[in-house]
Amino acid sequence: MRLPFKIAVRFLKSNKGQTILIALGIAVGVSVQIFIGSLIQGLQKDLVDTTIGNSSQITIKSDTEDGYITNYKEKLKEIEASDDRIKNLSVVVDGPALTQGGNKNYSLLIRGFNIEDSNKIYEITDRIYEGEKPRDKYDALIGKDLKEELGVKIGDTIDIVTNSGKSKEMMITGFFDLKVASINESWMITTLDTSQDLFAIQDKITSIEMQVSDVFESDTIADKIEKNLESNLEITNWKAQNEELLSGLNGQSVSSLMIQVFVMIAVVLGIASVLAITVIQKSKQLGILKAMGIKDRTASLIFLFEGLLLGIIGAILGVALGLLLSFLFTKFAVNPDGTPVVSLYIDYTFIAISTLIAISSAIVAALIPARRSSKLNPIEVIRNG
Amino acid sequence: MGDILQIKNIDKIYGTKVKTKVLHDISLSFKEGSFNSIIGASGSGKSTLLNIIGTLDKPSNGEVYINGKRTDTMKKNELSDLRNQAIGFIFQFHYLLPEFTALENVLLPYRIGNSKPSKEIINRANELMDFVGLSKVKNNLATDMSGGQQQRTAVARALINRPKIILADEPTGNLDSESTENVYSLLREMSKESNTTFIVITHDRKIAERTDRIIELKDGKVHMDMNK
Repeated sequence: MRLPFKIAVRFLKSNKGQTILIALGIAVGVSVQIFIGSLIQGLQKDLVDTTIGNSSQITIKSDTEDGYITNYKEKLKEIEASDDRIKNLSVVVDGPALTQGGNKNYSLLIRGFNIEDSNKIYEITDRIYEGEKPRDKYDALIGKDLKEELGVKIGDTIDIVTNSGKSKEMMITGFFDLKVASINESWMITTLDTSQDLFAIQDKITSIEMQVSDVFESDTIADKIEKNLESNLEITNWKAQNEELLSGLNGQSVSSLMIQVFVMIAVVLGIASVLAITVIQKSKQLGILKAMGIKDRTASLIFLFEGLLLGIIGAILGVALGLLLSFLFTKFAVNPDGTPVVSLYIDYTFIAISTLIAISSAIVAALIPARRSSKLNPIEVIRNG
Repeated sequence: MGDILQIKNIDKIYGTKVKTKVLHDISLSFKEGSFNSIIGASGSGKSTLLNIIGTLDKPSNGEVYINGKRTDTMKKNELSDLRNQAIGFIFQFHYLLPEFTALENVLLPYRIGNSKPSKEIINRANELMDFVGLSKVKNNLATDMSGGQQQRTAVARALINRPKIILADEPTGNLDSESTENVYSLLREMSKESNTTFIVITHDRKIAERTDRIIELKDGKVHMDMNK
């Protein structure tokens, strides 16, 4: 093993220009792979984060006729015990209501939260751009768009009528902007007991919301929860509700993979053709080595080692280049506020896999020249001088 | 002394459609420790004969025995081992590996058969370099030496594994007369010291006349076989 390795090293050293060229070829391939991979992964993380990062990823509603969940505290415990990836568990009392502004009626969705708990999902306090969160009974927050429609300010009261016919004055303590017009137009956020009181449901709630640490596992986690709970509850997860987003993400992943595969094929072809020429360049040396008794297998090992060495050098260069490219991208492709257009996701496992793929591709590429060198008959070289 | 090498009824035919018979029914045997020369016009088949003896080529018909073992039926790997251990080659065009230094080139045959050269072998390589008068340039790359120096390195390389047989195909073919003289006296000295059998192809009658035995080939046949 030592001799073919040594010969491989010497061959590579003696043709420095060629060696650098092939290593650069591999490096460019690997860097493109790492850059595109990180870009697509970053893009997907961003997309998933903006889409479902501030919403309930698994929601449990009642399946009964009145739509209320009783004894929710026990159920929370059961849910929590189902899977340790569950986080930000919170309860909600939702209900429709109407309010008037000028001559128009506006339909509202009253959302009664335990503000502390729900804050973890919706980041409500961060989204309040004016005023503060509701503290007392009948305090409420409304969205930016509804505020403009109604023309109210902090400290004003709004008359609302719930579907049970109850009417009440709500005190505006602040305004939020959740960046979605339909929510900003319709949500009225208040405390849990205000909402329970408005809809006269005592200690019942309408839904349980939660997030999970591994968003793409939310469907399996939802299944686990379902097994633990009684049957009159309905569990939905974001994946079931966002099939289009998922298929979009899938398409992206597949196309990114395609690019990476073709880049790697191009690299393999490049290495194979250059190494094949090397066999011809070195045929004199191979001929004499064979005359001196080197075995065909050992002779082909020389080229496999060349492939391996080129793969390792190329992969190291490629990782460095790919990370540099990614770094430059996040520095120069930025939004007006200085944040990167797409924040890249540097996944070390992905980089390690790319490196391994590059090295094994280089070895695969070296198989053709290795075969050629194994077949080379010393007499051809000796006879032809 | 016994025969180290025997060939029996060797034919060599090149080509499949147009057949060219290069060697006709050649039978020879060589004594251990002898110094032999093969002469003949170009195209007389001397290189082909040497390549068949050296197991680089196979005869179309006939048998080759080295040290009593038949080689023309051996498998490739067996032949590789045999060449590595029992035969040293010196070719006309030196054929050193330009990527290695002179000393490393000398050690190559040893390294092919073994993993790591021992101290003794490195000492032997150094001694051989001394012997061929190249101790000063032994760490030069092969390309940084003159033709004569390269050929003397090739001589040292052929000797490193203490082979029984050394085959040399016009070893001084492209050297000047001084280097030629130099290399030949080296070869003679070697053969005296080490009881190695030498078979040397040459077109130089003067050199041939200084060997123990002259075999002349003509049109693929032994035209003359003269012992001194």
